[in-house]
Amino acid sequence: MNRIALKMLMGDRGKYFGIVMGLTFASLIMTQQPAIFVGLMTRTFSFISDVGLPDIWVMDAKVQFVDDIKPLQDTELYRVRGISGVEWAMPMYKGLLKARLTDGTFQTCNVVGLDDTTLIGGPPVMLAGRIEDLRRSDGIIVDIDALKEKLAKPSGTPNGKPIQLQIGDSLELNDHRAIIVGIAKVTRTFQSQPVIYTTYSRAKSYAPKERKLLSFVLVKAKPQQNLTELSQRIRKNTGLAAYTQQEFMDLTYQYFMKNTGIPINFGISVLLGFIVGAAIAGQTFYNFTLENIRQFGVLKAMGTSNWTLLRMILLQAILVGLIGYGMGVGLTAWFGYAMRNTILAFRFPWQLLVFSGAGVSLICMFAALLSIVKVIRLEPAIVFKG
Amino acid sequence: MSAIAVHCQNLVKIYATGNQKVTALNGINLDIAQGELMMLVGPSGCGKTTLISVIAGILDQDDGVCELFGQNILKMRSAEKLKFRAQNIGFVFQAFNLLPALNAMENVSVPLIINGVRRQTAERQAAAVLEQVGLGERRKSLPAELSGGQQQRVAIARALVHSPRLIVCDEPTSALDHESGRNVMTLLKDVALHKDRTLVIVTHDARIFEFADRMAKMDDGHIVNVSGSKPLHEAL
Repeated sequence: MNRIALKMLMGDRGKYFGIVMGLTFASLIMTQQPAIFVGLMTRTFSFISDVGLPDIWVMDAKVQFVDDIKPLQDTELYRVRGISGVEWAMPMYKGLLKARLTDGTFQTCNVVGLDDTTLIGGPPVMLAGRIEDLRRSDGIIVDIDALKEKLAKPSGTPNGKPIQLQIGDSLELNDHRAIIVGIAKVTRTFQSQPVIYTTYSRAKSYAPKERKLLSFVLVKAKPQQNLTELSQRIRKNTGLAAYTQQEFMDLTYQYFMKNTGIPINFGISVLLGFIVGAAIAGQTFYNFTLENIRQFGVLKAMGTSNWTLLRMILLQAILVGLIGYGMGVGLTAWFGYAMRNTILAFRFPWQLLVFSGAGVSLICMFAALLSIVKVIRLEPAIVFKG
Repeated sequence: MSAIAVHCQNLVKIYATGNQKVTALNGINLDIAQGELMMLVGPSGCGKTTLISVIAGILDQDDGVCELFGQNILKMRSAEKLKFRAQNIGFVFQAFNLLPALNAMENVSVPLIINGVRRQTAERQAAAVLEQVGLGERRKSLPAELSGGQQQRVAIARALVHSPRLIVCDEPTSALDHESGRNVMTLLKDVALHKDRTLVIVTHDARIFEFADRMAKMDDGHIVNVSGSKPLHEAL
């Protein structure tokens, strides 16, 4: 009977295609939109995850997320270094500075100042040059996306492509000369501003004069040191906030979740996708059953049990569900692949596969349930009605 | 001597729609012998289709007794009834009711598959029955590729393939032209009917009355007259 069920399903190509397309659409929306959401939310803490070496980030107690910089006095660095369990502690400057481009326009950049000696907290991947080149006079390392896009030189010809800056080119950061000595690949940040690395002392010279300029203290714990205990000790002794890398990422993530409309906007998209997909697929599948009701009646009259008919409908629902889900997820994966080199935020963890799989299963169950109720209540005597 | 295939005694069936009640069968008494071709005739709404539905075991009567080959279907449990129907009854419908996505051979094999026969075996047997009804060459054709007469022959093959003891036909010729209708009736009479198999045909089509062994004329839920070439005792 399974073969008959499949032939019934695929016999009317138009309807079959309609059901599969409905489920594909639902599955696509339920994976693609959350994938963009996850990508976007990942960017909120990408700066933290890019700085891999430190165990603990120390900052002002009022900091709410990574870009909410409340600078400290440099002396705080020495207080942190004095706490037992700290292997080393290094300063980091993070701030927004304006870069003047060759055509006279300005671009706000995320300037990161690394400890002059150790250069801890540098870019995760160097594409050209070496991180040690930061020690050269006026040296900066710039991320590749910024060099290609926001910091690129305008083309000499109208409508021409902008020209990527190269090592040796210069910028003006807050009226200070800066020479590009390296090109790095960094994970795009939430605001997608160019990321510029330099030394801590040079960053301070670029920044507007303030009494406090230390953004973070990056701490490495001694071996076998319990990170939670060390964080507590730092908090207790300095009055500053101290988070492990994961805690700081969570803090930032939670800030964006609670204080921006991003989750609700994407939630609505996903919900709408689910509802529209359920409506299209559910109604098409139910209509398919209604149109085949006489055929089910014939099978019932000829002695097919309700259980067998139920299995046939479930098989049909599972098949269209699997195909629709596979196509939706495949399209999402293709979308992500096609957009991999663009500004679009996209991340497709396995949990999304489970999420959309559960969504499509729900839709199929709903559609199958409607059909099953109809077929089980069906009087086989309808076969004799004209 | 043949036995009674269908025994109906004081059959009553009432349809209730809201406050209205319609008595479709009002004390039907009818016996049909094995090997007999019985036609149920009468005006629209007289209860023919209800009677054939009760006889085929796909509709329960409200009162009275209907026995098929000595067994009271109403007293059977649901699973037993399904099995009994699957093994003993073949159906031929006015609108053919073939599954449009299946070819002729697959359509004919459906009753065998319902009875648990393996697909390959079922299709082999279906092909043999299609040969019998003269459609061996068209066994791979979809219903939409066949004429009305050919579709009805496929439906007859489907009704025959599992060797049921009773075949119920609902207006088998009304959707066909005169010649196709006669061909279908000839086929039913020659191939479907034999001493162990009974045919009950509901029809309006006066052109095929001559094929009946007996005719039961119905009106307003009653059988008003049973006539035919053979009285029941002769059929028995």
